[in-house]
Amino acid sequence: MKLSELKKGKKAIIETVGGKGALRRRLLDLGLTPNTEVRVRKVAPFGDPIEIFLRGYELSIRKDEAAVVTVREVN
Amino acid sequence: MARFNVNIALAGNPNSGLTTLYNQMTGGLQHQGVFSTPGNKTKEGPVKGHNGANVIELPGMYSLSEYTVDDMANRQILLEGKPDVIINIVDATNFERNLYLTLQLMELEIPMVLALNMMDEVYSNDIEIDMNKLSEILTIPVLPISASKNRGIHDLIHYAIEAADKHQVPTNIDFCKGHVHTAIHSISHIIEEPAREIGLPVRFCATKIVEGDKPVIRQLSLDDGDSAIIRDIIKDMEHHMDTDREAAMADMRYAFVEDVCKEVVTKEITTTIQHDRAIKIDKILTNRIFAIPIFLCIMVFIFWLTFGSLGSLLSDWLSVGVDWVIKQIGNGLLSAGASTEVYSLVINGVCAGVGSVISFLPIIAVLFFCLSILEDSGYMPRVAFVMDKLLEKIGLSGRSLVPMLIGFGCSVPAIMATRSLPSKRDRHLTITLIPFMSCSAKLPLYAMITAAFFPTNGTLVMAGLYITGILVSIICALIFNKTLFQGDPVPFVMVLPPYRIPAAKSVALRVWENVKGFIKKAFTVIFVATIVIWFLQSFSPGLTMVSDPSHSMLAAIGKFVSPVFEPLGFGDWRAATALITGLSAKEAVVSTMAVLTKATSGLTLAQMLSQMFTPLSAYCFLTFCLLYMPCVATLATVRREMGGWKYAFSTVLFQTGVAWIVAFIIYHIGSLFV
Repeated sequence: MKLSELKKGKKAIIETVGGKGALRRRLLDLGLTPNTEVRVRKVAPFGDPIEIFLRGYELSIRKDEAAVVTVREVN
Repeated sequence: MARFNVNIALAGNPNSGLTTLYNQMTGGLQHQGVFSTPGNKTKEGPVKGHNGANVIELPGMYSLSEYTVDDMANRQILLEGKPDVIINIVDATNFERNLYLTLQLMELEIPMVLALNMMDEVYSNDIEIDMNKLSEILTIPVLPISASKNRGIHDLIHYAIEAADKHQVPTNIDFCKGHVHTAIHSISHIIEEPAREIGLPVRFCATKIVEGDKPVIRQLSLDDGDSAIIRDIIKDMEHHMDTDREAAMADMRYAFVEDVCKEVVTKEITTTIQHDRAIKIDKILTNRIFAIPIFLCIMVFIFWLTFGSLGSLLSDWLSVGVDWVIKQIGNGLLSAGASTEVYSLVINGVCAGVGSVISFLPIIAVLFFCLSILEDSGYMPRVAFVMDKLLEKIGLSGRSLVPMLIGFGCSVPAIMATRSLPSKRDRHLTITLIPFMSCSAKLPLYAMITAAFFPTNGTLVMAGLYITGILVSIICALIFNKTLFQGDPVPFVMVLPPYRIPAAKSVALRVWENVKGFIKKAFTVIFVATIVIWFLQSFSPGLTMVSDPSHSMLAAIGKFVSPVFEPLGFGDWRAATALITGLSAKEAVVSTMAVLTKATSGLTLAQMLSQMFTPLSAYCFLTFCLLYMPCVATLATVRREMGGWKYAFSTVLFQTGVAWIVAFIIYHIGSLFV
């Protein structure tokens, strides 16, 4: 599934990071690499962006941009 | 004569305490140096107590990839500026992401010292970090510090200068395994010579080539044979790894960092007190329901503080002082027997110019006091998170909202506040739109015209103007996205830092820097403009001093340009003249109108105005005032922030053009109904 589809409060493991150019570079640099655990912490009041938690910190990311990351949901 | 000219570069992640450390090292002093050019956010200053040592604070970065303008400037400084030593500041409470940058900085062949910051938080959470082990793995000195508590800074500077003196370059550590390792080594051999020739660090180039970093590949300008071999090496690596080059490198670096953490952080806990606290605060501040009302309350409070209570109190005190000084100067001139020309030049020209610069200071000081607190506490990124959706539609991000809202108070600090935006594109677009937010200096004009023409529905007219401003900015943004600002907007991926209590020192320094920056850069421009306006207002075209302003050069210019406004319904020369004086400050439109119509009381002014305007043309006049070229203080700020007069001039043309078109449309559509 896509990271953008992960429900609030759910945990997942990153499988692939797609996208291209600056977006992809940025995601990789911030540690969204395969096998990293992420959790959706929050959804902004207007429904976008989402707040995710990984590697000990929080990241705000738009749904459009989160859609390039595929994840596998875990419990 | 101690050590001379040691250049220390301060590099680290955003929010790792860069500025706090810089302020502790320099005492907040700053000078213009070779590394800090206008337009980049790099700061440079002498190290306190170390003669000849110079510290350069590079804006926060997450990696050495060229991602934003700041990243590009940082890379250029590190690669071409060749600082003598790097202090890499690392947020010890966020080890992994911070060490990812450390690995890249170590490849630059520049002596390096690691400053492990936020150690007070580490201790209070009972986390144990094995510094010796870390230093051993990374082959560089590691020093625990707490920048905000001013602990460990002295030792840090000492070690940094020593590393520079001895030229202790970090060893290339093998963080990669298997196929990536092989690829880096093979490529290193191929590019060693060309890289050395142009003075680039070999290891850095090799890893960047593996990543597919275009600037490095371009700079090395390898021949076709070498390029082909490299292509094969990469293809082979990608094939064996079953992933692409970019992901492979990031993965290797992070995997190494994870291993380092496991070895070095001997007592780990899942969460920190600060992190738990941030989650609790976020439950309220970014809450689905409360987030927006809380934000609006904070903005209203800031406006009240800046333009209502504290700001106006400071303004009143200042103006008492300024008036007193002007009176003394006036008396002095009179007793010295100065001519009318000189008296007028000094009092109405020079003093008015200085006065108008000073009048901005309380606003800038109070506003930046508030903004610094919002930024340093960690609230600003939350605002961007909460409000992003609204601005995404016009091609901006949530980061632009606060500067745009400040525009309703005053464009000058609003434009200065765009400095926190990460991309040049977003910044440029935001600066272009800010002057459409109706600033508070236009209120007296709105009040004057509505009192004269729309006494019963003044509120509606005012609201209409504010909404027109917002609508015009939205339309312009949409058009710009399709034309001038084409291309992918920079992705909005933003780290939400933990909440921290802002340090009084850095807030105070930020306020001071902004006030000083404004005085230094805007003073001349505003000063000259005021004197020019004074000159045009006080002299006739025959260069004799006039007592009746309607015979002045300005009036002549007003008469000359007034036909331009005929199609908008206000071809009266007095309206045109008042608009021109609005260049010095928007309040001047009102005073010029009063002077030119020779009105003495509110009632007669209203009567005079009704001879110049119909209600419809009065409304068009207001719309034009809302949108047309900003005041000279704003133009000076645009020039300073965008780095060139051409931006200021294009602002004048663009806004005046938009104002004319919108007023034209309103006048002609309105004429159909009235």
